[in-house]
Amino acid sequence: MKSPLKALAAALCVLAATAAHAHNVWLLPSSTVLATPQFVTVDGGASTKPFVADHRPLQIDQLVILAPDNSKLSPVSVTKGELRTTFDVKLEQKGTYRMELVREGVRANWKVDGQPKRWMGTAEAFAKEVPADAADLQVSESASRLETFVTVGAPSAIKATGKGLELIPVTHPNDLVTGEPAVFQFNVDGKPAEGVEVVLVRGQTRYRNQLDEIKLTTGKDGKVTIKWPQAGVYWLDADIKDSKVTVKAAKERSLAYTATLEVLPQ
Amino acid sequence: MRKSIPALLPGLIAGAFAGHGIAADLGVKIEIPRLTVAEYHRPYVAAWIERADQSVAANLAVLYDVNKKGAEPGTKWLQDLRQWWRKGGRDLQMPLDGVSGATRPVGEHALNIDKATLAKLPAGDYNLAVEAAREGGGRELVRVPFSWPPKKADTAKIQGQHELGAVTVDLKP
Repeated sequence: MKSPLKALAAALCVLAATAAHAHNVWLLPSSTVLATPQFVTVDGGASTKPFVADHRPLQIDQLVILAPDNSKLSPVSVTKGELRTTFDVKLEQKGTYRMELVREGVRANWKVDGQPKRWMGTAEAFAKEVPADAADLQVSESASRLETFVTVGAPSAIKATGKGLELIPVTHPNDLVTGEPAVFQFNVDGKPAEGVEVVLVRGQTRYRNQLDEIKLTTGKDGKVTIKWPQAGVYWLDADIKDSKVTVKAAKERSLAYTATLEVLPQ
Repeated sequence: MRKSIPALLPGLIAGAFAGHGIAADLGVKIEIPRLTVAEYHRPYVAAWIERADQSVAANLAVLYDVNKKGAEPGTKWLQDLRQWWRKGGRDLQMPLDGVSGATRPVGEHALNIDKATLAKLPAGDYNLAVEAAREGGGRELVRVPFSWPPKKADTAKIQGQHELGAVTVDLKP
């Protein structure tokens, strides 16, 4: 017989897993274009509407901050609130800083005596923790990248990682203005990816009645051209599925890329 | 042999300058308007010559709080001169000799433009661009089109709307 507490914990886990899927993650830097070295402060959260801190703080244990010279920085003044995480970053070099949160994992669903079981973890743990002969076993892999950029002085090159779904700037992400279309290329494992679904939502959604999403799909060259309807902070989300899996039982891999982009007025 | 060298020199000098239209001149006047605001700060101002494709042909002036004391340098707000910043300001190191200087008070200010800058300017159509950004205030960009070198004496004037007064370009052939 399961204890009521254990049952509650299990139910909460399911809820948390569902919530993680249904809510969008975001990073929101206080500035993206700066003339001199200084601090920036960044909020991070998970919520339905981007940049609206009304649900859960972002888990930033795996956050990596890369300086223009590719050295790693640690966030300071980290605060995990109920609704959003906050941290500061001391920018000392000239060039583009990249803040990234890269995640990979395996999800499994199966049944034991007709009851649904759910599991999330790493590819390594999967073999140990999920029974290979589980009934109705459904396995999927996911890889996601959440990032944003801040530039001091002139923008510097953003290095491609060659892993998962990523944005390859044709237009630099810290050089965006209204009236000038931006071109971004999306690569999967280092190659231009066709058919990536890209959605952009401008922040401040509370003060308008429509989301005004911009929906685009990459062409053969992996590129999309974005015409900015107005200045603001945009949440960009890109998704594609493929069959490049590392766990044999998995049928498909879900790739997600999310970035925060600031577009300035002319 | 010896005599012929001094005799040649005046001709060489005249020849060296003949192609540069050295006599042609560009005068720029920028008016910083008087504003009735509770807390007034002198604006940061950038002035530059812009090619038809909006790239920078020459920086003429960058006026900012050059002697600001404290932890935050006056250069901290240069990116607020948005167009100038992304068109080339961000590639420069301040202070810039002959270009950068202190902010100016309300009134009309004539820019001191280096003749060598104008001598190097290829013939073509340009804009004189002036951008102003003020702490606790707004930002404005004014463009005055002109052709270089000028064929006749001419004056072009564009009136700013809020952060800038009149921007005047005086051309002399």
